Amino acid sequence: MRHTISVLVENEFGVLSRVAGLFSGRGFNIESLTVAETLDPTVSRMTIVTSGNDQIVEQILKQLNKLVSVIKVVNLTGTETVDRELVLIKVNAEAETKPEVLRLVDIFRAKIVDVAPRCYTIEMTGDEEKINALVQLLKPIGIREVVRTGRVAIARGM
Amino acid sequence: MKMTGAEIFVKALEDLGVDIVFGYPGGAVLNIYDALFQNTKVRHLLVRHEQGGVHMADGYARASGKTGVCLVTSGPGATNTVTGIATAYMDSIPIVVFTGQVPTLMIGNDAFQEADIVGITRPCTKHNYLIKQTNDMARIIKEAFYIASTGRPGPVLVDIPKDVLTGTAEYHLPKEVKLRGYHPTYEGHQKQVENAIRMLLEKERPVLYTGGGVILSGASSLLKEFAHILGIPVTTTLMGLGGFPGTDPLSLGMLGMHGTYRANMAISHSDVILGVGARFDDRVTGKIDEFAPGAKIIHVDIDPTSIQKNVPVDIPIVGDLKDVLKKMIKLVKGTKEAANYRKTIAPWRDQIEKWKSTHPLAYKQGKGRIKPQFVVEQIYAITKGDAIITTEVGQNQMFAAQYYLFDRPRTFLSSGGLGTMGYGLPAAIGAQVAMPDKLVVDIAGDGSIQMNIQELATAVQYRLPVKVVILNNGSLGMVRQWQELFFQGKLSHTCLPQVPDFVRLAEAYGAAGFRATKSAEVPEVLRKGFAAPGPAVIDIVTDPNEMVYPMVPAGAPLTKMLLV
Repeated sequence: MRHTISVLVENEFGVLSRVAGLFSGRGFNIESLTVAETLDPTVSRMTIVTSGNDQIVEQILKQLNKLVSVIKVVNLTGTETVDRELVLIKVNAEAETKPEVLRLVDIFRAKIVDVAPRCYTIEMTGDEEKINALVQLLKPIGIREVVRTGRVAIARGM
Repeated sequence: MKMTGAEIFVKALEDLGVDIVFGYPGGAVLNIYDALFQNTKVRHLLVRHEQGGVHMADGYARASGKTGVCLVTSGPGATNTVTGIATAYMDSIPIVVFTGQVPTLMIGNDAFQEADIVGITRPCTKHNYLIKQTNDMARIIKEAFYIASTGRPGPVLVDIPKDVLTGTAEYHLPKEVKLRGYHPTYEGHQKQVENAIRMLLEKERPVLYTGGGVILSGASSLLKEFAHILGIPVTTTLMGLGGFPGTDPLSLGMLGMHGTYRANMAISHSDVILGVGARFDDRVTGKIDEFAPGAKIIHVDIDPTSIQKNVPVDIPIVGDLKDVLKKMIKLVKGTKEAANYRKTIAPWRDQIEKWKSTHPLAYKQGKGRIKPQFVVEQIYAITKGDAIITTEVGQNQMFAAQYYLFDRPRTFLSSGGLGTMGYGLPAAIGAQVAMPDKLVVDIAGDGSIQMNIQELATAVQYRLPVKVVILNNGSLGMVRQWQELFFQGKLSHTCLPQVPDFVRLAEAYGAAGFRATKSAEVPEVLRKGFAAPGPAVIDIVTDPNEMVYPMVPAGAPLTKMLLV
């Protein structure tokens, strides 16, 4: 099962490698990982998407907690969360396909952020399914490159 | 008043009560060595190889319970410490290793004697630091000692660039350490402790399974008290030897791959296991799916990651063993339930006695070649069980674990987790520094001893009278044993026909050398060696065909022991 884990860490050099090294050294999966500073500049937040059975995920959470540079670990899976991902898609835009691209951008409430003679760059945020859906629909038109940020998530309300 | 980084370093060690540093100088740490010159508070012991230095700090820590300190230069000095650090990490030993580093501005430029030692040791330290400014020096040193010695102990590495040593700052050693990401749990959850006792008392075939955590926590006497209140048999892991007296009637000896028949049978037929400070590693459990099939498991450990890592646990308790055992004792001490329980489980203890009498540890010392087991028994007899024993790794280690009965904690020093050949001699030297009045004996093999034999020079220089008993079978005995048993006797590269003359080698180093080739000579030669005023090497030519039994083949269940 997939899990989204939110980790508060000391904002100092080497922390990313401690966390990444923990995953690789113990054979855990990382599906995506994002890091950025929080309101408190001495603290960064990592959002990690990983997968494994209950026993593995329990180990991952405990091992993360064990790192001295890790301040707090929350498993967001199973709680009410908002999660989003940002994607940039560079897609072919020939005369005959341009209307279709524009229509899809409109339907998905995406944006075109760069225009070149024969291609568009689309920006969209959404959950993973929405992004996958757009990518699938654009594929027949000809995707040149896709860049995704990986998931960020926040608990709802409270 | 401003001080240089090097002066701050030495002052911080003084203020933290460090009395000995095991070290080796080099370009990047020259300033520290200059500041250490003729220092009377912090002694420095010059080792012969950095790996030896770390093992000495480790042996010092295991024997004394204090934090061991090692100081080396950058680059190769630093990389030479890695095996020692990994050894301490696997066995949860509190040491702090200081490494020199090239100046901050040159880091990353592949400078002379540069190595990214913080990157290299990240997976084998509890935590590590690169000090970036002189101002941070005292605080980081304080934190390093705090992290190494608290919670589940472990090695901490501190990397110090040369310009941080030459720079200046005010000296301020913080009184307290504040780390928002580090809060070990010391107090066991009362309700869980009550649940554990309830579960235990409902069962009839209990086993206490105890590990190195008992020794690290200083919980040996509490463990003994608890075991006797309920009359529960106790088995120890390799790391736990000495944590419960080996001569106690409740002792089952060591369990696992080379454990006693009764310990392995008891754990396999138990209906409840109370694990304290042990981590259910593969050498203990054998085939994991068939480990103790009928047992409920209660697991007490200060490190939550140890719990539920290898085996499913019914009642987990995170906390310091001292705290948890105190709580457990309080619940049962002097109660009627405890008295009844001792009676209830009497048949279980009888069953274990039967296992003990039908399959004791055994060997035959005939008139022929010297059996290594005989040598260990002689060492036990001559030292009256009162020596500090270190070991190398392999057959020598297992014979020592089986045939020397350890009654006190911190008297059996061995690389359990990593299995580091070359550990025993430097660890013995570190232990001798910590315990100058004790007899310290390294039970070695002719293979292992050659991995750090250069430290004999250290022992001689500082008049540390460690005794090295080499069980010399002319081969890499344990690997050879596996080849004999599982590789059709093809002895691929495990024979050591070219072994040095250890007596003359000892003499060349300035130590005393002795040799026994017949079993009748063994007691006399051991006595002479132990009585020698300085370090001594006692070379005992043993039977190369002897194997360590019982043996649970890797991947087999514990009940499938190969017996003699």
